Amino acid sequence: MTTRTKILVATAAALLVGSAVPALAVTLRYANQGDLKSLDPYTVNETTTNAHLGHVYEGLTRRGKDLAIQPSLAERWEISEDGLTWRFFLRKGVKFHNGNPFNADDVIFSANRVRAQGSNFQTRVPTNAEFVKVDDYTVDVKLKSPNPILNSQWDTWYIMDKEWAEANNATAPTPAAATTPSYSALNANGTGPFKIESHQPGAKTVFKTNKEWWDKAEHNLDEIVFTPIGSDATRVAALLSGEVDVIEPVPLQDIQRVNGSANAKVLSGPELRTIFLGMDQTRDELLFSNVKGKNPFKDKRVREAFFKAIDIETIKSRVMRGLSTPSALMIAPELFTYSKDFVRPKYDLEGAKKLLAEAGYPNGFEVGMDCPNDRYVNDEAICQAVVSMLARAGVKVNLMAQPKAQYFAKVLKSGNYNTSFYLLGWTPGTFDSHNVLHDIEGCRDNPQSSRGESNLGNFCNKKHDELTDKILVETDKAKRDQMIKEAFQITVDEYGYIPLHQQALAWGVSNKVKLSQRADNSVLLYWAQKTE
Amino acid sequence: MLAFIVRRGLQAIGVLLAVGIIAFAMFRFAGDPVNQIVSLDTPAAEREQVRRSLGLDDPVPVQFVRYLAKAAQGDFGVSYQFRQPVSDLLAERMPATLELAICATLFATIFGVLMGVYSGLSRDSILAKVFQTISLIGISLPTFLIGILLIYLFAVTLGWLPSYGRGDTVKLGWWSTGFLTGSGLKALIMPSITLGLFQMTLIMRIVRAEMLEVLRADYIKFARARGLTTRAINFGHALKNTLVPVITIVGLQLGSVIAFAIITETVFQWPGMGLLFVQAVQNVDIPIMAAYLLLVALIFVMINLAVDILYTVVDPRLRTTIRQPT
Repeated sequence: MTTRTKILVATAAALLVGSAVPALAVTLRYANQGDLKSLDPYTVNETTTNAHLGHVYEGLTRRGKDLAIQPSLAERWEISEDGLTWRFFLRKGVKFHNGNPFNADDVIFSANRVRAQGSNFQTRVPTNAEFVKVDDYTVDVKLKSPNPILNSQWDTWYIMDKEWAEANNATAPTPAAATTPSYSALNANGTGPFKIESHQPGAKTVFKTNKEWWDKAEHNLDEIVFTPIGSDATRVAALLSGEVDVIEPVPLQDIQRVNGSANAKVLSGPELRTIFLGMDQTRDELLFSNVKGKNPFKDKRVREAFFKAIDIETIKSRVMRGLSTPSALMIAPELFTYSKDFVRPKYDLEGAKKLLAEAGYPNGFEVGMDCPNDRYVNDEAICQAVVSMLARAGVKVNLMAQPKAQYFAKVLKSGNYNTSFYLLGWTPGTFDSHNVLHDIEGCRDNPQSSRGESNLGNFCNKKHDELTDKILVETDKAKRDQMIKEAFQITVDEYGYIPLHQQALAWGVSNKVKLSQRADNSVLLYWAQKTE
Repeated sequence: MLAFIVRRGLQAIGVLLAVGIIAFAMFRFAGDPVNQIVSLDTPAAEREQVRRSLGLDDPVPVQFVRYLAKAAQGDFGVSYQFRQPVSDLLAERMPATLELAICATLFATIFGVLMGVYSGLSRDSILAKVFQTISLIGISLPTFLIGILLIYLFAVTLGWLPSYGRGDTVKLGWWSTGFLTGSGLKALIMPSITLGLFQMTLIMRIVRAEMLEVLRADYIKFARARGLTTRAINFGHALKNTLVPVITIVGLQLGSVIAFAIITETVFQWPGMGLLFVQAVQNVDIPIMAAYLLLVALIFVMINLAVDILYTVVDPRLRTTIRQPT
């Protein structure tokens, strides 16, 4: 064979091989500010990580584009008359990525693993709920008391393969504080639409389409390449130069530039997280104030004055560049039916001054404020705006803006709630009001209970807490919503908190990509369509 | 020579201990690692569990001694963020940083010496004035700004070079290299320039000043009188004598190039040790922070040692003083 024939043959062979491949593989490149920290779905309960793992793992339920609960690995479920038994009918013919069939044993295994020591998802499944295998594809969950929101968080309680976990010594969840490396933190075996091809923590993760997925894929992708890019400017540059297709988040100041470019646009919408201000209402003397011997925040008039002195529309237009939704409640409107019935009290500087004078502070007073500077959208700028607005009412606020690592160490329970006045953001993990009423608005007086653990200022109202307890077990939705409304009304009337706004989501999306945005800020690429 | 190296080795251990003590004293100001590990709505009891299992409830001196005891056996702990051994993570990231540092240093040395020699020899030419201006820019602009400007010019506007990452890499054993692929080489260009620009400026200015100094020396005049060619005088005699300070600078700066790669790596999302360190600081990942600081201290000590040894090669007068310590 001469050299020339060799080349001809090789070319022909290459052409044949080439034509056998249907089309160029569609790769979607995605960059996020945050990282995929662990592949073990029970290690870190965090939106970004949960969303990533949602491509690989699935729960018994899932949530649609409107956040409505849909069947997933469970085809349907029934609740008994007394509300104490939930029967789940599992989907048949589903296979894990390694080929193992999915069945009731996997559900029971996952229910035990998610509640085991070291899991960060223990609250996903009540500790005293008993899982009973009826047959291979039916599981009963027996409860001690009725729980209308039992499966509200099961979309991120991902089901794992029992046999795989046992074979790889991964039956125990990887604790967040793991001191030994674990197999399940670096490997994954789910039932979802994508498989993990390779995972280099902090650098790059590659997902490949699972061709055997039980449901019809909405995406047209063959591959997703994920890179964490922490630097805002670099992330935006990578989107504008077309090197990545989707970024989250786009910094507020870059939104116009992205929209003005030929390659990409910004997809934005209200997020579920509520940003609010809290006040220490429990100590007899504030830790950081010039008022001695008494606590001005114990006086409702002072709290009302603070509320009314803050011009939320200016914060929206100047600080948030229009990308925020001022809020009357401590929960996002999407998550509570009667949100529309609440109206935010108007900005009223004169009224605020009058209230302060009535409360005995005609010349205002001094108070220290804690604020994170790298946690929420423009968090420090919001606090600075609040400082100057309160100054107009005569209150001198000494702002202490700090990185989240120091901020949370100071203000949370572990730091002994070391704050007088603070800014915080909260999304109820359950997407249900009870979480807000219990964790943020509940009294902190019982050290044995987890009630009010994130109520840093300890706003406390007994009637509110009684309602909260009833809401937990009420299964009649209409009655329940009415009680939730009543409880929220108490907080509003007492000016227990100053809700500010829901910040906006801002995803940068290449013009080649069509993507649906979900309000919980989960970037779910299994809804993405890409054209080359 | 051996005694010299042994003495330097002992000094190195002292330096590492001091760095470790300072680092551990600083960590508690970085924040509470537990809050970074668990989510905001984690119950307090679970948080305490995490704190205990990491040994964070012990006093700082106890934590430090425990860390030293383990580090002495080569165990640098498990990263809080990634649940992987820190030594594996650093080994995985080290090739990226070292390749970047080598390229940046090569760039800085080659261009620095060339530009320095040129502006030393013909200091009134227009080109020499242009070099002087470039060197002013290199000294006065902060690294991250240069990086972002380069990204906007060459990645976003012109689309010639990638804006982030290492491109494709090839595995040679445990070492992943970007030298063997087109995209890997392309990805090295902008970060190397960004990282090396300051050093280049420094080298250029030193070479220029030294050249001007040396060219006035008597032995150069003598060499001219002997009728040697200009080329032999400039490069054989003058340049060689300017090299001692250049070696010092290149050597010592190699340490800071590796350490300051932190900023360049953050701007270009370069998956090296510096980026790992920045992520660790944000997440209060103490095992990574401690190991990285010790590693950087070790690199500095080693480079100092190497520079001292290199001196003796270049400058024979130093050999006697090292052989006979006073």
